[in-house]
Amino acid sequence: MIWSRHSISSPSRADATLARITGGIALAVVILLGLVLMLLVRESWPVLVDGGWTRFFVGDGWFPSSGQFNLLAMLWATLAASLGALFVAVPLGVLSAVFSRFYSPSWLIMPLRRVMVLLAGIPSVVYGLWGLTVLVPLIANWEPPGASLLSAILILALMILPTVALTSEAALAAVATSHLQGAAALGLSRTGIVLGVALPAARVGILTGALLAAMRALGETMAVLMVAGNVVQTPSSLFDPVRVLTANIALEMPYAAGDHRAALFASGLLLMLIVTVLAWLAGRIGTHSNA
Amino acid sequence: MGNEVRDPEKIWGWILTLCMVIGLNSAALADVQKLVLTGSSTIAPLALEIGKRFEKLNSGVRIDVQSGGSTRGVNDVRAGLADIGMASRALKPEERGLMVHRIATDGIGIILHQKNPVKLLKDEQIKAIFTGKITNWQQLGGEDRKITVVNKAEGRSTLELFLHHFQLKNPQIRAHVVIGDNQQGIKTVAGNVGAIGYVSIGTAEYEEAYGTPIRLLPMADVPATVANVGAGRFPLSRPLNLLSKGAPTGLAKRFITFAQSAAANDLVTAQYFVPLAR
Repeated sequence: MIWSRHSISSPSRADATLARITGGIALAVVILLGLVLMLLVRESWPVLVDGGWTRFFVGDGWFPSSGQFNLLAMLWATLAASLGALFVAVPLGVLSAVFSRFYSPSWLIMPLRRVMVLLAGIPSVVYGLWGLTVLVPLIANWEPPGASLLSAILILALMILPTVALTSEAALAAVATSHLQGAAALGLSRTGIVLGVALPAARVGILTGALLAAMRALGETMAVLMVAGNVVQTPSSLFDPVRVLTANIALEMPYAAGDHRAALFASGLLLMLIVTVLAWLAGRIGTHSNA
Repeated sequence: MGNEVRDPEKIWGWILTLCMVIGLNSAALADVQKLVLTGSSTIAPLALEIGKRFEKLNSGVRIDVQSGGSTRGVNDVRAGLADIGMASRALKPEERGLMVHRIATDGIGIILHQKNPVKLLKDEQIKAIFTGKITNWQQLGGEDRKITVVNKAEGRSTLELFLHHFQLKNPQIRAHVVIGDNQQGIKTVAGNVGAIGYVSIGTAEYEEAYGTPIRLLPMADVPATVANVGAGRFPLSRPLNLLSKGAPTGLAKRFITFAQSAAANDLVTAQYFVPLAR
């Protein structure tokens, strides 16, 4: 059969079917997200109405059985753990990407990338188990109890490192060859090319990758639950045990009822809000660079 | 381009069909015999497992388990809202008039790291450790080492039993690590020579026997063993009971008999509870 079409903008029957199927799936995803959001709002409604949400930010602390639902300490712990992990993982990830793009011998590039992909694919509970049986006892020998903000930061950093490294590498790879060749022709050293041309040109991609990594760190539950100690307190040192919001939900949901349950759903809503803001930021950075 | 999906009717048709399929499924379940259990969240997971096996052995039966605390179990059975109640404690004097059917016993033991030279702790000492009045093992005749207090997350039945036994309230406890399940507690104590925690005796005894570096402490001179819990000799234990309004009949009677029989023993053990001594 001869492929003759008047215009690519008037789709054939097959195209229309495909459009319908893909459109339906896309719609289903949106509906699903909407349903999740609705569930979160509906389940947390009992503590949200009547100005009840202020209870999340005032009061002595998190004592659900006596009706105290102050989430602030856990919010700070969540942010501290995620920021700390970014602080460790972003420099390491970017440096490893720079190495594999600009300095690595060619035979090492593929094995290195394979290892990164593998690291990204390890289930979080495995990281948690390793942290609980190796990392926490190590820190405990140094400064008990070992389960602490520090161990949470290190485990999270290990988990998001591959995300940062892989996205940074992709961003560096996307830098136009002409830029790099031009810089080389101008007599810049390799260090000069990396610092002066490649990294600035790739900064949007690197930043977006870091935001993605931040979202993963914020949402991580199992690994942090196993190593962070889970004591509800505002961390004042790296060796303080802390409880993050996700771990709180996982720890208490199976046994929660009434207002307690609603408060847990509300903290889920709060997490979703934070992640939405981050996603919006990532999108904004993306469009900004395209404009 | 203008190639959006043009048949909203068709999409709604699909959604409608989907709803009908789901609806039909639930309608098909409507004419089975149903048994409702409510109460203790400690017993609920066990009742759920026993219920699954019971459903498999008796077709046309559906066991519906809802948790909500022992008190709810008592109230629901009295009010006739549930066929069987679940209570992880003995009945209070004002709750008399219900029939109690024990299905298992729950016991928890204090665990230390195996390298910790402390072999015995009195109730007052344990209380002082958990409330932060004693913070170093030296004060208890051990080495100069900081004590790491491992506590359970709020809502866990082991926590309630522990607090009840030592007459403590959860905000009084100065914990350094808060854990979820028993395994996490055992790994935490095994990885920290200065740690003290409490877990279900069934799990701890198993782990200790298989070389995990932990040690179960005796309580009031009674060694922490599953056998002692089963015989009712161990102080930190409680009964897991099913409740019925008067003598059970029909389906409820069959279920209670099944839950107490040896056929459910492995399910009881799998939940780290101690089966009835026979």
